Amino acid sequence: MDALKEISNIGMGNAVTSLAQLVNRRIDMNVPLTRFMPLDETISLVGGPEEIVSCVSLNISGDVPGMVLFIFDSQSTFQMVDLLMGMNLGTTADLDEMAESAVKEIGNVLTGSFIGALCQMTQLNMVTAVPMFAFDMLGAILTSLMVASGRVEDHVLVIQTQLFQEKEVNIKGNFFLLTEPGSIQVLFKALGLAVE
Amino acid sequence: MDPAREIVEIQVGIADLKLTREPGRLITLGLGSCVGVSLYDPIIKVGGLLHVMLPDSTQFNNVHKPSKFADTGIPLMIKELQKFGARVNRLQAKLVGGAQMFSGLDEKMTLNIGLRNTQKSREMLSQFNIRILAEDVGGNRGRTMIVDTSNGDVTIRTMGNKLKVI
Repeated sequence: MDALKEISNIGMGNAVTSLAQLVNRRIDMNVPLTRFMPLDETISLVGGPEEIVSCVSLNISGDVPGMVLFIFDSQSTFQMVDLLMGMNLGTTADLDEMAESAVKEIGNVLTGSFIGALCQMTQLNMVTAVPMFAFDMLGAILTSLMVASGRVEDHVLVIQTQLFQEKEVNIKGNFFLLTEPGSIQVLFKALGLAVE
Repeated sequence: MDPAREIVEIQVGIADLKLTREPGRLITLGLGSCVGVSLYDPIIKVGGLLHVMLPDSTQFNNVHKPSKFADTGIPLMIKELQKFGARVNRLQAKLVGGAQMFSGLDEKMTLNIGLRNTQKSREMLSQFNIRILAEDVGGNRGRTMIVDTSNGDVTIRTMGNKLKVI
């Protein structure tokens, strides 16, 4: 679906630019996959239920109520901390409080600019809340979010993202957009895209 | 039963229910706010594992999957165990999970589903007069739960910790 490509290009492009500014380095991006899928299927897409990942999630209110999440595998998480703190790659091997807030901040910046880009394009009003954070088993995180958001059976928009910086950095992230029923159509319409 | 037979490990998915006999094992991966409820009949060595996602099915209009909820899943598991020859008065329960995974304040998330899943599961078990032998619930960590039907042991795996047996 072209609409999905459009959203991911606009949103992720902006997000990665902000991240590059934050860490003061050039960062390239690749979006290998964009699609709608049931949330429980996303678990096998990202890894397995026991895969250790970090997850930053923010609730969205306004014209397109829902939730956004960024999920990174543990190696990518540690690389992001090293990048943000200006440390040599490979320094971080565990998350202390400082590292946790670094990841939260990155998630915040990525999400903020993603949503900001969409708002600018569409003139819709979308407001993000304070980020929530977890670093644990993927299955535990995703099912808990599904339940807490009350969107157990819905499809979510998944945008897989790879961030590169020369050879040494390879950050694999997954961006999820969960919207309340009907509100994804609001977004599509505002983008001038065909709605089924 | 042939003791030399390879031990089978059966995966129990999200909102799923599975039963097996000795020497089989039942495993459910990555419990967060969900609660794993195991029931075990030590006399005939039959066990069941239920992956509870939500406490109460009465809050929903269309219930396709009774094993998703504590209030419908637990009676279903008991019924299925009885078909395997288990007796309700012999059943022993163990509860695992029910964590609060996220840090950071957000009103929508303070409903603590993990706690409600745990409480509803306890309530359902007590309706059937089933004793809860052990629990590993609450906290903020994800858990993997493995039930061994040869002795009823439940092994819990968490990130960065040693295995725990209850």
